Amino acid sequence: MAYEFTKEDLEQIEEIKSRYPEVMPATLPVLWVAQNRFGHVNPEVQNLVAETLGLPHSHVHGVAEFYTQYYKEEKGKYVLDVCTCLSCQLCGGYDILHYLEEKLGIKKGETTQDGMFTLNEAECLGACGYAPMLQVTNDQYVNHLTKEKIDMLVESLKKGEKPEYEKIGMPQRENI
Amino acid sequence: MSTADWKNYEPVLIPDIKDLHNIDVYIKNGGYKALTSVLKDKEKWADPKSVINEVKEANIRGRGGAGFNAGLKWSFMPPADGNPRYLACNGDESEPGTFKDRKIFEYNPHVFIEGALIAAYAMEITTIYVYIRGEYRIYIQMMEKAISDAYDKGYIGKNIQGSGYSVDFYVHSGAGAYICGEETSMLESLEGKRGYPRVKPPFPAQKGLWGRPTTINNIETLAHVPAVINRGAAWFKGIGAASHPGPILYGISGHVNKPGVYELPSGVPILDLIHDVAGGMRNGKKLKAVIPGGSSTPILRADQLDGITMDSDSLRTVGSMLGTAGMVVMDEDTDIVDVLWRIAHFYHHESCGQCTPCREGTGWLEKILLKIKNGDGEVKDLDLLLDLTTQMEGRTICALADAAAWPVRFTINRFRDEFEERCKKSVHAFI
Repeated sequence: MAYEFTKEDLEQIEEIKSRYPEVMPATLPVLWVAQNRFGHVNPEVQNLVAETLGLPHSHVHGVAEFYTQYYKEEKGKYVLDVCTCLSCQLCGGYDILHYLEEKLGIKKGETTQDGMFTLNEAECLGACGYAPMLQVTNDQYVNHLTKEKIDMLVESLKKGEKPEYEKIGMPQRENI
Repeated sequence: MSTADWKNYEPVLIPDIKDLHNIDVYIKNGGYKALTSVLKDKEKWADPKSVINEVKEANIRGRGGAGFNAGLKWSFMPPADGNPRYLACNGDESEPGTFKDRKIFEYNPHVFIEGALIAAYAMEITTIYVYIRGEYRIYIQMMEKAISDAYDKGYIGKNIQGSGYSVDFYVHSGAGAYICGEETSMLESLEGKRGYPRVKPPFPAQKGLWGRPTTINNIETLAHVPAVINRGAAWFKGIGAASHPGPILYGISGHVNKPGVYELPSGVPILDLIHDVAGGMRNGKKLKAVIPGGSSTPILRADQLDGITMDSDSLRTVGSMLGTAGMVVMDEDTDIVDVLWRIAHFYHHESCGQCTPCREGTGWLEKILLKIKNGDGEVKDLDLLLDLTTQMEGRTICALADAAAWPVRFTINRFRDEFEERCKKSVHAFI
């Protein structure tokens, strides 16, 4: 299929370009615009980004390859990034990952046949105090995971209900 | 306030005020007073340099892990020449065990914005970027809102509060790369490239973003600035440990009852943080080990912790560092071999691949540790690992190789018996 930015995307891209003295710094933010639009930045989308910005294809490709959050191929509708790093490892992150592998019938790095879920093992996501946790498609964090919470999450995602922001206060404070 | 008085500490960075992220609430509680003062009170702040001097005097040691005096760093900027100069605020926050700056983005974004604006004025900077890791999408949105509100109120933009000083402020999202927390890698990423750290010198103050003078500061470091301006350097220096003064956001995670981010003075005893602040060990287990300041800081055994406080001087006496004050607590059931393998896996995954000792070394560390973890290692592999670390440390462009090597060296040295137990016997003696 041919990928094209919408008029709104192109306006947003112009606004992004105005933040920097050169065009190249827009590479990362415009890759984000593209991924938000198309769900991934496969080589064709990378070319679209390069042409829109007037940058070499090789540059955009090199940048997209370097950063793990850009999907270089199509993924499932929901990407579950399960953190297993240090604090999450200590608090059962691998149990969560293995439970999801079993539940979804796939191994980490794979996508379910119905295209609904991609399961990944992630490096530290900066939620160490709320371990174990996962992130849904580069967006919301789901913290303090248990098997029951995973079951509920998978069910609601199947129904198209995305998780809401989990506000976690500071333990010393009463008002926040 | 001595370190023993931490129980009476009144938080200043993230005070207990509802909806402080709202700019009106922030202003009502004295917000943007420090900025207005440095911009307009010429009796107190004669010139930008006077602001640098006060911050230097306060000795705000960089909260991103390196612990360098922020004001001193600011003083390295060359004189302004009318061309662009940049402040790059580091909110990449990716070191395992570290999750503090997100609390500032969420609960008190304007204290950071105000601190960054004061820093920018002091260094005569023309544009500020705040680099936030891509995973923090929600905090990126919160920061964009906060910055836009500050523009609307005239605290950012042209001729701020009628002072004649103008500066722009933008958010730049990362996209998943630990290395971009390294300051020169962050600059590359801001310039739209792969996050390859740069060779220093030239230092960013000479040649930073687009070849122009640039200063890089951690989010929490900048968030301390408004209080230093309002209350003075002497007040800041009076809090916590003398060598590393001021409040700190401690991130406590792992096997404790109440993990979370706590704002307290520097220099709180580690055992107080675990047993009093964080509610003690989970399930009444015994403490086995602590990583005091993010995964790269050397691990400490429970028997090393008596009387040790969270500041650089005290931690140095037992061979560790404060780092980001992201403390990871481990109980008696923790498999240290597994933990070290996972840390090595992290650094291997995150090595940018630019320097051979790091690209190859981190891979070998992980590979050998995996072998030991699976029970196929031999005792001589432990010495091979230690030898490898000496071939990585100090031999690369940035400190990622050191960050990968230290945990291996110190964890093996401090828990050698547990590693040996996991190894096959290389000599079969007949008894």
